[in-house]
Amino acid sequence: MTQSVVVQVGQCGNQVGCRFWDLALREHSHVNKTGIYDEALSSFFRNVDSRRSHAGACDVVGGRIQSLKARAVLVDMEEGVVNEILQGPLREVFDSTQLITDVSGSGNNWAVGHWTYGSAYKEVIVDQLRKTAEHCDCLQSFFLIHSMGGGTGSGLGTCVLKLLEEEFPEVCRIVASVYPSAEDDVVTSPYNSVLAMRELTEHADCVLPVENQSLVDIVNKIKHMSYSGNPGSMIKKDTAIISGRGGVSGAQKPFDAMNNIIANLLLNITSSARFEGSLNMDLNEIAMNLVPFPRLHYLVSSLTPLYTLSDVSIPTRRLDQMFTDAFSKDHQLIRADPKHSLYLACALMVRGNVQVSDLRRNIERLRPTLPFVSWNQEGWKTGLCGVPPVGHSHSLLALANNTCVKSTFMELRDRFAKLYRKKAHLHHYLLVDGMEQGCFTEASTSLSSLIEEYTQLDATKTRMIPDPTRLNIAT
Amino acid sequence: MSIVTVQLGQCGNQVGLEFFEVISNDANDRQRKVYSECTNDRFFSETSNGDLVARAVLIDMEPKVISQSVAKAVKSGKWRYGEHSYFSQKQGSGNNWANGYCVHGPRHEELVVDLVRKEVERCDRLAGIIAMMSVAGGTGSGVGTYATQCLRDAYPNSFILNHLTWPYGTGEVIVQNYNSVLTLSHLYQLSDAILVHENDTVHKICAKLMNIKHISFSDINKVIAHQLGSVLQPALTGDSNGVYNKNPLAELMSGLVCHPEYKLLSLCNIPQVSSSSMVYSVFTWSGLLKHLRQMHISNTKMEEGIDWQVRAPCLQSGGLERTKSHRRKGFNTSLANLLILRGKDVYSAEIGGFQDPSLYTSWLPAVEAFSIWKTPVTFNKYEKSATLVSNSQALLQPLDYMVGKAWNMFASRAYIHQYTKYGISEEDFLDSFTSLEQVISSYSLL
Repeated sequence: MTQSVVVQVGQCGNQVGCRFWDLALREHSHVNKTGIYDEALSSFFRNVDSRRSHAGACDVVGGRIQSLKARAVLVDMEEGVVNEILQGPLREVFDSTQLITDVSGSGNNWAVGHWTYGSAYKEVIVDQLRKTAEHCDCLQSFFLIHSMGGGTGSGLGTCVLKLLEEEFPEVCRIVASVYPSAEDDVVTSPYNSVLAMRELTEHADCVLPVENQSLVDIVNKIKHMSYSGNPGSMIKKDTAIISGRGGVSGAQKPFDAMNNIIANLLLNITSSARFEGSLNMDLNEIAMNLVPFPRLHYLVSSLTPLYTLSDVSIPTRRLDQMFTDAFSKDHQLIRADPKHSLYLACALMVRGNVQVSDLRRNIERLRPTLPFVSWNQEGWKTGLCGVPPVGHSHSLLALANNTCVKSTFMELRDRFAKLYRKKAHLHHYLLVDGMEQGCFTEASTSLSSLIEEYTQLDATKTRMIPDPTRLNIAT
Repeated sequence: MSIVTVQLGQCGNQVGLEFFEVISNDANDRQRKVYSECTNDRFFSETSNGDLVARAVLIDMEPKVISQSVAKAVKSGKWRYGEHSYFSQKQGSGNNWANGYCVHGPRHEELVVDLVRKEVERCDRLAGIIAMMSVAGGTGSGVGTYATQCLRDAYPNSFILNHLTWPYGTGEVIVQNYNSVLTLSHLYQLSDAILVHENDTVHKICAKLMNIKHISFSDINKVIAHQLGSVLQPALTGDSNGVYNKNPLAELMSGLVCHPEYKLLSLCNIPQVSSSSMVYSVFTWSGLLKHLRQMHISNTKMEEGIDWQVRAPCLQSGGLERTKSHRRKGFNTSLANLLILRGKDVYSAEIGGFQDPSLYTSWLPAVEAFSIWKTPVTFNKYEKSATLVSNSQALLQPLDYMVGKAWNMFASRAYIHQYTKYGISEEDFLDSFTSLEQVISSYSLL
């Protein structure tokens, strides 16, 4: 069994990370009733005997659970969120050595995060990453959680990404990036996001973009639905996807519902690597199947079902509905409509009691309605994991490499251009050591060429593409 | 003589498990001493306390499937896998043929060859090796190809049969056509024969004939295992004088693979019914064989929706000269066929329909091209069971489809960077395409 390490950077990264660890614990305690440290647990947790000073002796699968420690590195350049974690119910899961903090923050400045803190903390971060990696006997992937709009998550986060590539070139780098809303209160967020985008395009294996606004919309929709219940389709108030009930944290904080969605995304993407299933889908298969060209590694994700119907008497329809919903606009974690753009590839990761025939039926049903690129008309990848998420009988995570992702990027580019035309706030960045105006133009060019690549693929959608001529055998 | 089975990757290990399950149930079903002894010697070794241990080596780059298979075998109570006959790693090949073939394969070469050698040493006499794998993923296809290559080197004079599971046309692995093209082109140089099951076909059998509502991979693998068992269980060959065939692999290949350019074998088996309707079904040999023949010539892989319009071409009195215009649409020309009949009244079965020269290519006489095995012993609870293993154009269409899809993708160079990363170059791809186009061309000219 392989292990994964979570690196959470900045305020948003750490808040999402906390929800992830809480829900991961909830999921494993739900599945594992024996109290034995099993393979599945070992993928994200170490088992440590805290009474001994040199921990790690009971890190062997099969022993009793002593004290679970998250395979995580927490980085923030201010102390607020991390201190909250240390006083909260999750404090047992982290060692103080896993935390890397400073006091003054990055002031929403990518350059400060990336260059100033990046060079000051490089050794400490690499050291901690190495230690965490040494505790794994087969490290498969790093999950980086960060936001794009701020200074630390965006700047230092992408610096950590580069360090990961340098230090662990063999280990897959999957990044969950939270994109700011248009009405973001950080004025410089377009700068930070575009500067970060270039790093993501060049150094990540896969990026799972999540838009803040989509999370808000989803949470509002769920809340709205649970209040306006007509008797036939009563929705359980406590939908498992946004609720943290059953976790260690008690009271809910304002962003918890939204952060839980990202946490669930990460739980589902790793489910097949942790639990058994009739069609396993390992983490290294994600990039292999979904990334046809190295730079186009942005995967639009959708989670279904988003809410739990209290009426459970119509199982098949619900199952098929789950597949339909995964392609609808309001289930996507970015604000875009994949159905009206072009699919390069699509993965369906199913959990729970679902058979291959259910999967095939739904692919056959949905296929005609979805436009795929000419050379990948059968671009489906599937995984079946036997263990459903807590609170559901089955669930589906759809990961799509779809050109619709470019709308998010274009919006970002426009907002960037608006600021940059006036050179607004530029001097804050240029004061930082290592930062030059060239960084802005290069980042902007990189984003434009990425958008252009998607546009070119989009253009093939309306054209009839003839099959290329096959090789001829002289007879 | 004994056969060593090598199970590779998730699919290979799951199919292998079901195969041994079918074999052990069938062999120890009733009073059939000679038959059971022959099967047990063929596929199992016996420990001092009477346990049946499968002559199998399990290989995967990921531990979950192997540990499941090993546990399930123990649970059957009838047989188990050898305690030291499996090898798994922690991290899979990630659906990447290049990762399996260029990285995992060479890295574990010694261990794998060693495991097989130990299993071979346990056999009094080795009939050959069967390697079971899928072509879609990374481990079965990539490590499987590399392992086959090592086994070819280690056992240059033994028979190697590759049993391949072809993926669904869509929806399993996105790079499946690349992986398949690379696997098939390499195996074509290494293997003595390649026996193919297509998931799509088997899925249809489960849905239409077995009436299974929610088809799982286990159901699919059970059908594959049944069909494989119906070939590999003991039977009497034409000249065996009442003694079970000693080396089914050698006899299979000598009958079916008479030319190195043609080694793709497909399988048809009838009847296949759900266990609940088995009690109410009566079959006659003439009925079964009539259907089987039509299934074969019209290239229908299951006993439903057979096109009865397809007829064998009339041979002109002038000889067996067959020109392109004579090739009928939808007619499946064979190079060679092997018919296997198991069950009641087997000696009364009329098999003339399969000896018809018009079924075969012009350059091999029907006498050479057709062989038959029989046994009155029933197989896997079917009172009568007929299987046709065929070296024919049956796989031409799916192969052509697979190569076409891969070629389309290759033309836009999609996903190629994932392969070059591990050392498979664009030229390697081109070589593979060339050799498979050659195979397609040869088969379509039959």
